[in-house]
Amino acid sequence: MKAKTCTTQEAYLKKQLSRKYQVRFFRVFLLLAFILLWQCASDFGWIDSFIFSSPVKVIKTFYDMVREHNLFLHIGVTLAETLVSFALTIIFTVVTAVCLWLFPRFAEVMEPYLVVLNSLPKSALAPLLIVWLGANMKTIIIAGMSVAVFGSIISLFQGFQEVSQEKMKLIYTLGGGRYKVLTKVVLPASTPYLLSALKVDIGLCLVGVIIGEFIGARQGLGYLIIYSSQVFKLDWLILSIIILCIIAMILYQGVCLIEKWYYNKK
Amino acid sequence: MEPLLELKNICFSYHSMEGETKALTDINFTVEEGDFVAVVGPSGCGKSTILNLISGLLEPGSGSIFINGKPLKQSDINIGYMLQKDHLFEWRTIYRNVILGLEIQNKLNDETKAKVDEMLNTYGLDEFRDARPSQLSGGMRQRAALIRTLALEPALLLLDEPFSALDYQTRLSVADDIGQILKAQKKTALLVTHDISEAISMADHVVVLSSRPAVVKSIVTIDMGIKNRTPMSSRNAPAFKNYFNTIWKELNNHESKDVYHPGSIS
Repeated sequence: MKAKTCTTQEAYLKKQLSRKYQVRFFRVFLLLAFILLWQCASDFGWIDSFIFSSPVKVIKTFYDMVREHNLFLHIGVTLAETLVSFALTIIFTVVTAVCLWLFPRFAEVMEPYLVVLNSLPKSALAPLLIVWLGANMKTIIIAGMSVAVFGSIISLFQGFQEVSQEKMKLIYTLGGGRYKVLTKVVLPASTPYLLSALKVDIGLCLVGVIIGEFIGARQGLGYLIIYSSQVFKLDWLILSIIILCIIAMILYQGVCLIEKWYYNKK
Repeated sequence: MEPLLELKNICFSYHSMEGETKALTDINFTVEEGDFVAVVGPSGCGKSTILNLISGLLEPGSGSIFINGKPLKQSDINIGYMLQKDHLFEWRTIYRNVILGLEIQNKLNDETKAKVDEMLNTYGLDEFRDARPSQLSGGMRQRAALIRTLALEPALLLLDEPFSALDYQTRLSVADDIGQILKAQKKTALLVTHDISEAISMADHVVVLSSRPAVVKSIVTIDMGIKNRTPMSSRNAPAFKNYFNTIWKELNNHESKDVYHPGSIS
């Protein structure tokens, strides 16, 4: 009897594992198939490789640009701006959400403003920021923050408010005040909210930074994209977009790693 | 000698936009040191409000509360409060949950730590000190919550239906358990419950409240006439049924003329 339960368990595990491998296989397959199709399409003239480029051309462009146009500098600038604006977004989010929680009346007053700022398309702000603050890195970092920060303040504050009243009462019955409620219950209880907000924020910061670079930069991938579209170097443009894809994925995975580390530590 | 706790002409109302809800009208009773007093009454009659008033979380509309003859605000005794749910924090280990109160009151030192260790040992939680609350059974969690409360060495312990979240069997054994722990530590306790048999089995005096707005209908002194009384042995004592009938009638005499059938407990 025992042997049988063991084998059904084994069969179950096997099934789960094979499913996992299947998913992984098809993910890679889809990517390779797309690259192959793209290459064939341009080789056989189904698409115009001047406009649509091709994998081989993209790789060649990559080498050229690394050698002659300092591609890594552009990547580094975009990456640095994104990470700085992400860090500032975290700090600003936590500080503001705590203030809103500490002063509920202030929070009530601020609510409609936060909602408006959150729904406003931030790309509309970027030209204004350039005029106000000048075409420099500071402006681009602020543009990155402006896209992410309002939404994450709202969702973290929401998390604060969903902490159960009873848990807060416990702190009061143990003789603690509002500050202890904040540090012992509200902050630790809403860490999952913060982590899931961060996963969204890292992508939004990248969006904001690229928007900023579109209009006010001499370096960075956003600048490369605009520049190459103006001089019609579509190989550059497509390469930049592919690099952006890779950066977005790496940054997102980085935040996921932080989240994983937090839950394992628990 | 002054009683440890005295409630004098306590009135209290809740206010909302819909109007005023009278919860308590002219509540008077005393708790002597070392006594175990239970307050019973129909659900929603304002029993928990009494505990919130004594712990200072709410202020009475009129009337006053005295601790050892002094007004509540001027007294410096520690009042422990056990809530309906254990509210152990999942992001803390059992040990760090248990020392939460000490942490909040900045009383964490070698002496108090030793005391916590001793209690964990005595109440069989030592091997779970690094476990997460979710790994413990309901009864063990409630015991951990009790240690958290007792770690602050309260002179008066308020119990707000602390067993109501447990299933019936666990509830009996945990009530027995905690009743004996409190007896052994000679704690003064005030228990609020809607379960008549729980009140009779644990308390020396039972305060019977009417439905809202609550008034004290009667105070029944429990004397089982047995030695080394525990909550479990009280339930089997011959006098138990008589007390049950008395309090049952007291609770129901203005509402319906239901007759109590032996065997249908609570």
